[in-house]
Amino acid sequence: MSAAVPQGRRPRHLTVGRLGVYAFLVTAALFFMLPLWIMVVTSLKPMEEIRLGNILALPAAMTFEAWSKAWSSACTGLECNGISVGFWNSVRILIPSVILSIIAGAINGYALSFWRVKGANVMFGVLLLGAFIPYQVFLYPLVRIFSLTGIYNSLTCIVLVHVIFGLPTMTLLFRNYYAGLPIELFKAARIDGGGFWSIFFRVILPMSTPILVVATILQVTGIWNDFIFGLTFAGRENLPMTVQLNNIVNSTQGERAYNVDMAATMLAALVPLVVYFVSGRWFVRGIAAGAVKG
Amino acid sequence: MDTISIRAPSMPSGSTKTRRRARMRLPAAIALLPTALIVLVVYIGCMLWTVRLSFTSSTLLPKLDWVGFAQYSRLFANDRFLTSASNIVIFGTLFISGCLIIGFLLAVFIDQNVRGEGLFRTVFLYPYSMSFVVTGVAWQWFLNPGLGLQKLVRDMGFESFTFDWLVNQRMAIYTIVIAGLWHGAGLTMAIMLAGLRGVDKDLWKAARVDGIPTWRVYTSVVLPLLRPMVVTAVVLLTTGVVKLYDLVVAMTLGGPGIATEVPAKFVMDHLFERNNIALGTAAATIMLITVIAVLAPWVYVRYVRPQGRHA
Repeated sequence: MSAAVPQGRRPRHLTVGRLGVYAFLVTAALFFMLPLWIMVVTSLKPMEEIRLGNILALPAAMTFEAWSKAWSSACTGLECNGISVGFWNSVRILIPSVILSIIAGAINGYALSFWRVKGANVMFGVLLLGAFIPYQVFLYPLVRIFSLTGIYNSLTCIVLVHVIFGLPTMTLLFRNYYAGLPIELFKAARIDGGGFWSIFFRVILPMSTPILVVATILQVTGIWNDFIFGLTFAGRENLPMTVQLNNIVNSTQGERAYNVDMAATMLAALVPLVVYFVSGRWFVRGIAAGAVKG
Repeated sequence: MDTISIRAPSMPSGSTKTRRRARMRLPAAIALLPTALIVLVVYIGCMLWTVRLSFTSSTLLPKLDWVGFAQYSRLFANDRFLTSASNIVIFGTLFISGCLIIGFLLAVFIDQNVRGEGLFRTVFLYPYSMSFVVTGVAWQWFLNPGLGLQKLVRDMGFESFTFDWLVNQRMAIYTIVIAGLWHGAGLTMAIMLAGLRGVDKDLWKAARVDGIPTWRVYTSVVLPLLRPMVVTAVVLLTTGVVKLYDLVVAMTLGGPGIATEVPAKFVMDHLFERNNIALGTAAATIMLITVIAVLAPWVYVRYVRPQGRHA
């Protein structure tokens, strides 16, 4: 009975019920680990071993050859420079996109939660609705606009797109956080004669560290994992890692080099995985903050 | 936004005060201007443009003629689109209900004061940090009948074991559901667990005193208390369903045949590969209408009606 009560002291001895709890959790954990396990062991096997089947087995003759091939010489269509090209493209897209979208979100959130601007709430409402609308609704006209202004298929273009479509979440995130700060702080700063920007930089921003961390986690994983924007707006020279990975895996002719595919997949998953493991609970807070607190 | 009126007693009265206040708010208005422009041009302008294009006969290049609902009748006679639509309904239903059930179960089991709670949480949620392309490629490899799961089980001695869903027209969409569940169940678990931790401890004491079995407390008392969490999860998962594109592209590329086509992919293909802008935008408009019909009431109640700051 006490076995299933979540609060209170941890039970001393194992009962059948607790054994069942652990059996369920361990089974579930194995299911969730399975694809990662398979990716890792496959990437470390030579092709001869892969052809035998035994997808779960540890490599008998472990080799990192597939990893170096995936990084520097796997073919993405006609070019064979590996996924490293995509990695650096993703980095070049990621850094300005994350910084700019967070700045935009912070300023919007601050203006929305402390300053009474006419029509601001209507704008915010439309922006939030926009977050739920499928991207396919905006893509074609956006492509036309960018073509007309001459920045289509460039780094600027893809960064701008990430900032535009990051606005709803970032604005919501910062608005909610700032709405939770004590209003007296702002009032005191106003009485001291602070203006819009001086209050932002001297009072609000120094209190924003937690939400800046959450926003960074959200945007880094989100932008790194993006596929559709990179495919549509980045242009051949700037294709991000996700698009390159898909090209490596799904456009090979002849026998597929599964070990290289899996090594490339692991490489593409590495950045978000590191972010996830380093950030721990913050990651959950990030996903939840965008929606739960509303 | 009604709490920020500054009531400094020394302020001059009447119109001077109003003007002064407006002037002080000017920088805030300017700061919001770029976003307002983006909302106007992208979120509203591009959306209307897409809707307008769906009433034209545009193919490779946009035209601004008017053909009425011709594209829509073509759309609803199009096998590929009908398959896409029914696929997204199948995927959406199974994915959302599956995530909720698995997520809730995982959260409840983790909430039993288990050892290694952090480890279990980490393991259940890590797939969510990875991209759909990675997810799709990984599951494509594991489920391929030649060297994957089917071969593994056959080599274990079950010679007649068959698991060819990935290349089976009728079953392929369910492999996408499996990959989707793997990716999204942990998120639901995290949201539900946050909800469970917010449940009043006295409730458990009361239930224990009354001798109510734990599972009854979970189904009859806790689950209703978690309603806001369920709503949040459903909204998050629904946006994921509508966006479903990368996973399909990476895992099956819509195949075998057109068995796993989805609306987002239908739109992308017609806009950028098949040079049929009007049909693509018509499909996009149908997606738009569906999403608005589902989500508008929720957004209205939650965000627009309670204006401004709330405690």
